[in-house]
Amino acid sequence: MTDPVIRISDMNKWFGTFHVLRDINLQVAAGEKIVICGPSGSGKSTLIRCLNRLEQHQEGIIEVEGVSLDGSSKNLESIRSNVGMVFQQFNLFPHMSVLENCTLAPIWVKQKTKQEAEALARQFLERVRIPDQADKYPGQLSGGQQQRVAIARALCMNPDIMLFDEPTSALDPEMIKEVLDVMVELAEDGMTMLCVTHEMGFARQVADRVIFMDEGEIVEENEPEAFFSNPQNERTKMFLSQVLSH
Amino acid sequence: MQVLVLAAVLGAMVWLVGNVQSNLERQNINSGFGFLSERAGFGINQTLIAYTEDDSFGRVVVVGLLNTLLVSGLGIFFATLLGFSLGVARLSRNWLISKIAMVYIEIFRNVPLLLQIMFWYFGVLRNLPSPRQALSVGDAMFMSNRGIVLPWLEAGAGAMWYGVALLGLAAGFFWLRRRTLKAKLTTGHSTRFWRPLLVLALALFGAAALMAGVPFALDVPQLKGFNFRGGLTVIPEFVALLLALSLYTAAFIAEIVRAGINSVNKGQREAAAALGLPERVALRLVVLPQALRVIIPPLTSQYLNLTKNSSLAVAIAYPDIVSVLAGTTLSQVGQALEIIFVTMMIYLSLSLLTSWAMNRYNQRMAFVGNNT
Ligand SMILES: Nc1ncnc2c1ncn2[C@@H]1O[C@H](COP(=O)(O)OP(=O)(O)O)[C@@H](O)[C@H]1O
Ligand SMILES: [Mg+2]
Repeated sequence: MTDPVIRISDMNKWFGTFHVLRDINLQVAAGEKIVICGPSGSGKSTLIRCLNRLEQHQEGIIEVEGVSLDGSSKNLESIRSNVGMVFQQFNLFPHMSVLENCTLAPIWVKQKTKQEAEALARQFLERVRIPDQADKYPGQLSGGQQQRVAIARALCMNPDIMLFDEPTSALDPEMIKEVLDVMVELAEDGMTMLCVTHEMGFARQVADRVIFMDEGEIVEENEPEAFFSNPQNERTKMFLSQVLSH
Repeated sequence: MQVLVLAAVLGAMVWLVGNVQSNLERQNINSGFGFLSERAGFGINQTLIAYTEDDSFGRVVVVGLLNTLLVSGLGIFFATLLGFSLGVARLSRNWLISKIAMVYIEIFRNVPLLLQIMFWYFGVLRNLPSPRQALSVGDAMFMSNRGIVLPWLEAGAGAMWYGVALLGLAAGFFWLRRRTLKAKLTTGHSTRFWRPLLVLALALFGAAALMAGVPFALDVPQLKGFNFRGGLTVIPEFVALLLALSLYTAAFIAEIVRAGINSVNKGQREAAAALGLPERVALRLVVLPQALRVIIPPLTSQYLNLTKNSSLAVAIAYPDIVSVLAGTTLSQVGQALEIIFVTMMIYLSLSLLTSWAMNRYNQRMAFVGNNT
């Protein structure tokens, strides 16, 4: 196996006195797709937010593409421009058009020209199947469309790794599929992905590994078939029975 | 909307004044606005336009209005500058900076403005030493109980060319700024901004010097007898009022700015950070534009408050519109109704004009669509 693109070893994090992540060890290879699941409050969001330092860990090592997240702002800059993130609440910039949302970072971070950035943005908007919405504002789009814009916005930075934090949880059921389809396509194109989601169909279809977290720990990890058909841990079994029952 | 209200109020007032006037006329009481062209006969210690005792009451109105506009305009400028800085400082992650801002805000917004005006005037500025013992800054600027005296440029013939050069420089500034932004968007890189601006400034003022020589003489104030001669004297009433209005209003603006920035969803900063945008770019392009939507309406009412509060000038006899018109003029000519109406109309027009301008600005900031 080549060097992992993400390496987390013995990582711990506290919010004040609350021990939210405990002894996390995880390695992700280039092109690998990881699905993270677990009950609400188990630390899934916190874990992936540590990977681009939206949250800071206190103990242990996190390396992304060989660059250590140790508080150096130069390292952080390089990591953030290589790691894209998609949020549950989309977090599009409401005062900017779809196109401006997508070109902002390429222009100000990657020093692209407006023309280049717009060409790139249109290309990615095409890829998430909303090429005709470029001049609209986020408030004029449906939730599913907004989340696809958010994906395009992240892709415009040409990231090597994409992080998704429950990207479909805020969507009406009929819009979930259009977002998942885009994500599946992205996975097929070889993107390295870490995805917090409870969409078990998606996990079966694209995940190389499924990780189950509870109370700040990685309780179990396995290939999706084995994970779903033969969970080892009691907590995993209980969680799966709850999730799969509806 | 404001225009309509203004028209309606004007109409009502004209009708009311006319009505009252005819009543008074029937009773043979002196009334009307004839006094405006009469000789005023009193001096004013700060005049932005030429004025002597022999000028008319009409000119008194203009002098007073300009004094109100001066102290309000500068007050709004400084209060905005200080208020935004304090508002951002209040949210600083640095404990000390944030606490200092908090203490400032709590002190200045909780002491009545009138007391603050009196504090600066009687407590500080009037307590400065007499001109003979004036505090001096480099023997060019002096602070005494008669006010602050600054060196001033005496302009002679041909100074106009310098004015033209200054206008040219301002135009150049905006043109260069647009060019820089355009270059950023078309080539991806920022072009030089300050250096061409400096070259332009040198060229423009050089040309002005060629046209007109140097028609300026530096007028440094000097102590002659009991007071200063020359230079520009800023009266202590103005300094006290400006200080009090700016410092007081800044505390309220700081709270408005803080609330505005806090109202922007935390996810917005996170999304900007996740895209790799530096914090300052995120603040300027993502957070502030959204915060301004929330900030502008209450900010407008702070501007209106400041302008109206400037009428507390009466307490320390700063010659604003209320002092000279509803004060001195009223006591001399006695036409209370007309004078109070004129004064009220002036404030009303100022307020409506300010609201109108700020509303225009706010409309430009409105979002399209209704989602967050
Ligand atoms: N900024 C924070 N400060 C304090 N506690 C937090 C913060 N963010 C999350 N938590 C707590 O940490 C735990 C894990 O949160 P999170 O990572 O969001 O869980 P998940 O995404 O698995 O639902 C929760 O108990 C949550 O209340
Ligand atoms: Mg979460």
